[in-house]
Amino acid sequence: MEIFKLILLLLLVVCAVCATLSKRLLVSVIIFMAYSLVMSIVWILLESPDLAITEAAVGAGVSGILFLMTLKKIHRTEIETEDEDQD
Amino acid sequence: MKIKTKIKEFVEQSREWTESFSDMSEKRDLPRERVRREEHMVDRLMEEKAGHMGLLKWRRLYLVLATVCAVTLIVVLLTTVAMLPVFGEHHEYMDTVAQYYIDHALEETGAMNIVAGMILDYRAFDTLGESFVLFTALNCVLILLRRDFQEEYRLHDYYDLTRDPILRRVGMVVIPCVVSFGVYVMLNGHLSPGGGFSGGAIFGAGLIFLSLAFGDDFAARLVSEKLFKGVAAVALGFYCLAKGYSFFTGANHLESGISLGTPGSIFSSGLILPLNVAVGFVVTLTMYGIYRMFRRGSFK
Repeated sequence: MEIFKLILLLLLVVCAVCATLSKRLLVSVIIFMAYSLVMSIVWILLESPDLAITEAAVGAGVSGILFLMTLKKIHRTEIETEDEDQD
Repeated sequence: MKIKTKIKEFVEQSREWTESFSDMSEKRDLPRERVRREEHMVDRLMEEKAGHMGLLKWRRLYLVLATVCAVTLIVVLLTTVAMLPVFGEHHEYMDTVAQYYIDHALEETGAMNIVAGMILDYRAFDTLGESFVLFTALNCVLILLRRDFQEEYRLHDYYDLTRDPILRRVGMVVIPCVVSFGVYVMLNGHLSPGGGFSGGAIFGAGLIFLSLAFGDDFAARLVSEKLFKGVAAVALGFYCLAKGYSFFTGANHLESGISLGTPGSIFSSGLILPLNVAVGFVVTLTMYGIYRMFRRGSFK
């Protein structure tokens, strides 16, 4: 069990560092969602299942979707300005 | 005059750079080395320009200051963490409160889940503030991202996933499970881990999935703007009526008069169940509303 905990904590650190250092934003968001999943398992190990449920739903689900949609919007605005320039 | 032309030049050049950047992001299969070389060139050009305009010094100072601030913050935070009591160990100050909750929460609040008893009975006042924080966040998003109804959204503003057969099929199976699990967590908050916040988050995630898989029009028919506003107002208003008086009584609670029931049955623990449902609906609507605003800017 101790080894499992250590592996999870190491994964947390690795995910946190990778999410900030990765060049592409999409990769960052996906690593961030993975971080939230690992964190929810850690919450269960720390005996707080309600936090684990919330973390899994909000961290890995909803905020990930919002980030992805924002990324999509950023690309789209670039296309829009190009169209306007052509007009 | 000279400065003006210089600034104009700078602006034009930077516009060219950004355009070349956007081109680059679309051609992802460019050889890596070329991309890196171009990035390097742009960096050098930027530095030159910054040096011309006397900005380079400030940038260095900024870097030094940022490093100093970050290191100070890290040291302060790490020392604070080091001074915390070890996880799971007894501590004289913390134990008195925690022990009180463990000993008396069940008989005083009637909730099997002591956490629910704490956040919705002893500290219901606190949770009222939290749900208002959520509601304020939703309002800010509404103010910032809402579009005029008359304005038709352009077709290319909008990406459609509803023609994806995999997403629809998976959605048909998964969405009912997600939504019913969310409702279960919400209603069972006083009996099992969970409660309004987690249940509402799950319910909201289910609604977002529904909206993604079956189209925004379908979701808009299910959750109209009227329903959205009505449910949010009723949920928050009910919570305010139930616990808002604490502002005037100095955080002292009055007896609700509702019997606590037998601990463990679904109708027990007085006001905690309806409060859980109210908080759950507020969280659900916050999640779903923020998603709608990000996506389309209206509830239609």
